[in-house]
Amino acid sequence: MLSIKNLHASIGDKEILKGINLEVKAGEIHAIMGPNGAGKSTLASIIAGNENYEVTSGEIALDGEDLSELAPEERAHKGVFLSFQYPVEIPGVSVTNFIRTAINETRKANGQEEMPANEMLKVIREKSELLEIDRKFLSRSLNEGFSGGEKKRNEIFQMAMLEPKLAILDETDSGLDIDALRIVANGVNKLKSEKNAIVVITHYQRLLDYIVPDFVHVLLNGKIVKSGDASLALELEEKGYDWIKQEQEA
Amino acid sequence: MDLKEKLISSFMAFEERLDVHSELHDVRTSAIKNFENKGFPTKKDEAWKYTSLNALLKNDFTVFPKKENSIQYSDVKKYFLHEVDTYKVVFIDGIFSSYLSSTTHEGIDVCLMSSALNKPKYKMIIDNYYNQIANKEESLTSLNTAFATEGAYINIPKSKVADKPIEIMYFSTGNESALMVQPRNLVIVGENSHVQIIERHQSLTENPVLTNSVTEIFAQKRAIVDFYKIQNDKLTANLIDNTYVSQKQESSVAVNTFSFGGNLTRNNLNFYHFGERIVSYLNGITIIGEKQHVDHYTLVQHATPNCESHQDYKGIFSDRSTGVFNGKIFVEKEAQKTNAFQKSNNILLSDKATINAKPQLEIFADDVKCSHGCTIGQLDETAMFYMQQRGIPQKEAKALLMYAFSNAVIESIKIPELKQRITKIIANKLGVKIGFDL
Repeated sequence: MLSIKNLHASIGDKEILKGINLEVKAGEIHAIMGPNGAGKSTLASIIAGNENYEVTSGEIALDGEDLSELAPEERAHKGVFLSFQYPVEIPGVSVTNFIRTAINETRKANGQEEMPANEMLKVIREKSELLEIDRKFLSRSLNEGFSGGEKKRNEIFQMAMLEPKLAILDETDSGLDIDALRIVANGVNKLKSEKNAIVVITHYQRLLDYIVPDFVHVLLNGKIVKSGDASLALELEEKGYDWIKQEQEA
Repeated sequence: MDLKEKLISSFMAFEERLDVHSELHDVRTSAIKNFENKGFPTKKDEAWKYTSLNALLKNDFTVFPKKENSIQYSDVKKYFLHEVDTYKVVFIDGIFSSYLSSTTHEGIDVCLMSSALNKPKYKMIIDNYYNQIANKEESLTSLNTAFATEGAYINIPKSKVADKPIEIMYFSTGNESALMVQPRNLVIVGENSHVQIIERHQSLTENPVLTNSVTEIFAQKRAIVDFYKIQNDKLTANLIDNTYVSQKQESSVAVNTFSFGGNLTRNNLNFYHFGERIVSYLNGITIIGEKQHVDHYTLVQHATPNCESHQDYKGIFSDRSTGVFNGKIFVEKEAQKTNAFQKSNNILLSDKATINAKPQLEIFADDVKCSHGCTIGQLDETAMFYMQQRGIPQKEAKALLMYAFSNAVIESIKIPELKQRITKIIANKLGVKIGFDL
């Protein structure tokens, strides 16, 4: 589904990604771990089309289609979803209004009719129950005054509404207490199918107890330096990243 | 002959046609003298530093339009708030159109100024209020006083709630190659009374129009007035709006100005307090582009203790448009415990767009809360990326952000149909089809 080959990217003069290779197939969950500043969030942003970064070489393809020339919204219309580490507050636009606009714009781009209002309400009800979101919450301004946990839950709610092919969860566990973490992880697991794929970006093993990855990759200094199965995450939790750094230097 | 000379020489002929024995004759004569002395303001006047009338005044404006220009309701229906029943006072090229209007004298007076000026029944009221709060020293206000014969007259007696909103509508047909009009509105709202008024100036062709309008609003004790100005005119239309508000104790007056259209728009909005526990609201949304120019020049004169004023102006400027916000708050020595707040938030969408924002606070009392804040910025890129990531195209994302930016002011609109209308105008203005108010 997602195929990244020898991806190099920089911001200004600073090279952040130095040759990333990553293959994600439908039905898989991949975790990308690594210390601060390794380039994890940059990678997520670039897949989603953030124009602040310059892709200097390499390619990103979704189902064989090159994404590099596409605007962020076009990538979204093709099924790329990024759960933001820091979701943006947009006062004056309610959660419902926002998601409705997002869904209808996506449908329009894919040549579909707008979703009828009653169906929209039904889906909103279902998905908000899945994430244990209070109905009152939906009429509030998007992310404005939301707690860290509410923001993340709202991200996964939007993911549930948009049903993306490829969901990238950037530090979705940060700022979550244990109950919120369980709700969010439970939501993600229910959304998981054989047709979609999930890339989880995280510092810690904690989230991976709930969302169990098929593959774990270690991103260090702009490169994936080690890949393994879920047990690699446990090993990292226990030993930290230094041993990998040493392995690299050796 | 320049426009000033033309106006002064026209004045004599104009006065002859009116009753020279009327008491208004003196009012008019001293007004034209003041205009003659001061002339049109220039950029040398501090209050007009950022707005030049020079180019505009080069037009050969007709001062007296031909009579009887008629238009069909179906052609102008869209400018009215037709989704809801309203009183209407409608003028075409400065002349009252009874056909398009819907006036009343039942319980409240919603009619035209000329008939009020000529009826003895109204004489006392007119004497007490007409030209009483308007600034007699201000040259353009004087020009209006000299020439004004027509406008809306609204009188809500004590303890009455106007049963529907009132629309004051000025159309110009463009049957003259260039037309100058001087509308004059008088609004008196009695003790404990409540009224909602919408004012709009609309040109129907591309011929240049200059409207120099004066509105006087008197709010008696505990009166509530919601006044909405819709400025969404053609790019050849120009408006100088001079509005004067007089408030008595515990009254609450809100003037909301929505400036989207027009070539040059200048809003002189003045609030004067005569009593305690008064609240004044001055709100505005300006969204302009091309070479449009909108200047908000506000004054709140806090003269009495325990009063509040709230100013909230949002501006979005693209292309080569220019905006001005000059907000003057004057707190006299007696006006202790004043709460005066002022905000002017602006977004520049182009390198060539300009905003000049100038708060001006003069405080002579020592126990007050006054604040002002001006911001000028660009659209938040992270927010743009966030919205685009969710599939909202750039243009729509921009529009949603701008809508969100103006939202606090949109929320202050108390007539739901008007709120919808303004939202729709904003969506049109931003070139998007998304519904904001879901």
